[in-house]
Amino acid sequence: MSIGIIVFPGSNCDRDLKWAIEGCLGLPTKFLWHETRDLSGLDAIVLPGGFSYGDYLRCGAIARFAPVLESVLEFVKRGGRVLGICNGFQVLTELGLLPGALTRNKDLHFICEPTSLKVTSSKSIWFESYQKHKIITLPIAHGEGRFQCDEDTLKYLQDEELIALRYAKNPNGSIDNIAGITSADGNVLGLMPHPERACDPLLGGEDGRFILQALLG
Amino acid sequence: MPNYQARVLVNLRPSVLDPAGEAARSAANRLGVTGITKLRIGKSVELQIEAADEIEARQRLELLSDRLLANPVIEDWTLELEPCSSTS
Repeated sequence: MSIGIIVFPGSNCDRDLKWAIEGCLGLPTKFLWHETRDLSGLDAIVLPGGFSYGDYLRCGAIARFAPVLESVLEFVKRGGRVLGICNGFQVLTELGLLPGALTRNKDLHFICEPTSLKVTSSKSIWFESYQKHKIITLPIAHGEGRFQCDEDTLKYLQDEELIALRYAKNPNGSIDNIAGITSADGNVLGLMPHPERACDPLLGGEDGRFILQALLG
Repeated sequence: MPNYQARVLVNLRPSVLDPAGEAARSAANRLGVTGITKLRIGKSVELQIEAADEIEARQRLELLSDRLLANPVIEDWTLELEPCSSTS
């Protein structure tokens, strides 16, 4: 049992994730360089935050062509759990595993602060232990986290209960206050907040633990 | 093989807010340039491509624009293409 953490050139939350998953939760991890295609022995994959490929062109636009992600597409088809955090969420939308896109924050600021979030769907494995409308607190740290999609996609996300997390107070202009969504099958979760930064009470909270724990069910 | 000169212009779709454009528009006012009613910031990508003919060049660049240079979820793109005589 092990959790793979993908490392792109420019990822900067990969080591935080290792610390949180191994040090706080006691679960084994393995770093996956973006050029590998070998996901053998892994039960879940995490795409970390950061600035993959310098965010050149658009956030996640170049990372999406990394060889490791071809294997991730197969992994997802087989029902494997994949979590994309911040830049990882941006990569998952560019890759087409999740709908929509993340754009420049409405007020142009890079926002780095704890944020109240509402769990608005407990349909997926990530939040099935949560009561709907439960409020959790996780830090956000992004300049491009304004979720955008067309009206049909938004209606689809709403109707299928795929909007897992909404901001209690919208910091970035995201459509429908969206902070995190899941795939139709529920095994892929993308979110802008950083659960790995909320796994130790000394650092201001433990609300992120449950999301990371869901990686291994 | 013929060489072609191309430019791909990428812009946010009209329905997508462009906060950087809005900030630039407000700076235009501070500069004293009045009357700017719209300012949207996009990208211009210059390319040269070798292809058997213009149709093939266009097909390859359309794929590139749609799949890499622009994200159709939030962006529109236009392609300008013309033969070029030198590869420099």
